Amino acid sequence: MVQAAGGLSCGKIDCYKANTDLDNKASLQRGVKLFVNYCMGCHSTKYMSYERMSTDLGLDKELVLKNLIFSDAKIGDYMTIAMPAEDAKVWFGTLPPDLSLVARSRGKDWLYTYMKTFYADDSRPFGVNNLAFSDVGMPHVFEELEGLKKAVFKIEEGADGSKVEVFDKFELLTEGSMSAAKYDQAVLDIVNYLDYTGEPAKLVRYSLGVKVILFLIILLIPAYLMKKAFWEDVH
Amino acid sequence: MSKMQSLMGWVDARFPATKMWKEHLSEYYAPKNFNFWYFFGSLALLVLVLQIVTGIFLTMNYKPDAEMAFASVEYIMRDVEWGWLIRYLHSTGASAFFIVVYLHMFRGLMYGSYKKPRELIWIFGMLIYVALMAEAFMGYLLPWGQMSYWGAQVIISLFGTIPFGLGEPISEWIRGDFVVADATLNRFFAFHVIAVPLILLMLVVAHIIALHEVGSNNPDGVDIKKNKDANGIPKDGIPFHPYYTVKDIVGVIVFLILFSMVLFFVPDLWGWFLEKDNFVPADPLKTPEHIVPLWYFTPFYAILRAVPPILNSQFPGVAAMGLAIVVLFLVPWLDRSPVRSIRYRGGLYKIALAVFVVSFLVLGWLGTQPAGGIYLTLSQIFSIVYFAFFILMPWYTSIDKTKPVPERVTDK
Repeated sequence: MVQAAGGLSCGKIDCYKANTDLDNKASLQRGVKLFVNYCMGCHSTKYMSYERMSTDLGLDKELVLKNLIFSDAKIGDYMTIAMPAEDAKVWFGTLPPDLSLVARSRGKDWLYTYMKTFYADDSRPFGVNNLAFSDVGMPHVFEELEGLKKAVFKIEEGADGSKVEVFDKFELLTEGSMSAAKYDQAVLDIVNYLDYTGEPAKLVRYSLGVKVILFLIILLIPAYLMKKAFWEDVH
Repeated sequence: MSKMQSLMGWVDARFPATKMWKEHLSEYYAPKNFNFWYFFGSLALLVLVLQIVTGIFLTMNYKPDAEMAFASVEYIMRDVEWGWLIRYLHSTGASAFFIVVYLHMFRGLMYGSYKKPRELIWIFGMLIYVALMAEAFMGYLLPWGQMSYWGAQVIISLFGTIPFGLGEPISEWIRGDFVVADATLNRFFAFHVIAVPLILLMLVVAHIIALHEVGSNNPDGVDIKKNKDANGIPKDGIPFHPYYTVKDIVGVIVFLILFSMVLFFVPDLWGWFLEKDNFVPADPLKTPEHIVPLWYFTPFYAILRAVPPILNSQFPGVAAMGLAIVVLFLVPWLDRSPVRSIRYRGGLYKIALAVFVVSFLVLGWLGTQPAGGIYLTLSQIFSIVYFAFFILMPWYTSIDKTKPVPERVTDK
């Protein structure tokens, strides 16, 4: 019997490493643009306000209102969606999750791998399946950008002699508007943006941490000298 | 007389401010040979204050309501000024509290600080530890994430194993509902922010009053009060203030550096301090694949799972877990050694303590692993080792070859 490979960090494969950089404002700005255009039809980030996002990403509020908000939402509103939950359950079989914290619960490597491993599968309702998330209910929304891939599997012998089906490689079936490298960058930008969305404090806490620790190290010097001075007469 | 002195005179005639200052600080004589292990008492006090202060600020924006709790925590993390810092101080502080307390307890075991006349200090300390576990458990429900919810569900269901038909009514009484729900969240909030902290504070006061009544032990386990100078001051004692206050300030700063490293760079400590699944809102219809308590409970969780059900009842495991904590209370009476400090004990106690520490750590790790196969066998072996440390203590401490304890403390 052929079994699916187990014990891998991203479903049928090990996760790809997402080399994102939160200091890269341009990447975050491209990320939010892609997110609003391709993801927010179905996915909200309801704990995140447009105002907070635009301030953190250095975006002009007028431009955000004009280019990133397609509803009558105001700048202080949270990034919610209009899709009724009942309809979503009928359309996708499940409610598309809110993505505010997805980078914290799944991890950014998983997100990156997920968005890069959609493949053609006629047995699925939307004609695609995913290596990181088997039988996912989501269509390949980036098909127009990435194109459509076919996944090639091979049979390997496991350690105990059983036959295991493992992923071998992708073959491009139809081309998208982006080259592989460009698509990779687009996915990285979205992952970077979701990483930010998961914890906006990440933009400030590292640099603040360095300052706090440096202050404490400097403070340690007089504190230690004071201790030494007081203890000189203890024998 | 200066103005300050006359003011203090006015106060002292009405409230024993100077008397208390002297009794507990400037004329509280502590042994001069405290080492590294003696930082953790003052650090525990520091973390307690940190938790209370950050907790007060968290309650200003947190909503103890099943519909709003998760969102209110995210509101704190995003939209409250410095909210993320307050929340991380509190969540990192919770784990830091247990680290500090575990090291503090280990110090007690190493130097026999629970031995006569300090049995009550140990008992108060153990009560603090139990209160702390209750505090942490109830606090962990408040973010209302998946692990909050299912962790509470599992722990409360443990009470359901109590026999004689009492289990189910008791766990329902704790939850206030048939499952963990809004009523549970509300009462846990009440306990977490006021009832248990009050108990904790009173126990800490009792712990310190009992300590200052008999005086601190030290790494040599020497009774410094046996050697006093003409003024009645122990020859090996130094006033807590300024000597140990200035020393503890150094300890506090070093602690804060380590604390900041976690707080600012890995506040979730790769899932050890904040679990990944807890960033998913509680869903009573979706059980997570692995329900793992936070690290400070895992040794006891491993003991719970190590005991097989007897007559279809999980109660023996629950009882074993309870006993694992109860037995710690008995240490002052289980230890029959004539000496306090490990420095003057024989090899038997040294080996026993080392094996105990290893078993506690291994059980802690096993508590995070799935229960089954080799993990289960290991849990059973180390649970036996854990209990053996206590059950055999009267025996190995009485036959252990001890060394003579010096008259005065040593410099080491």
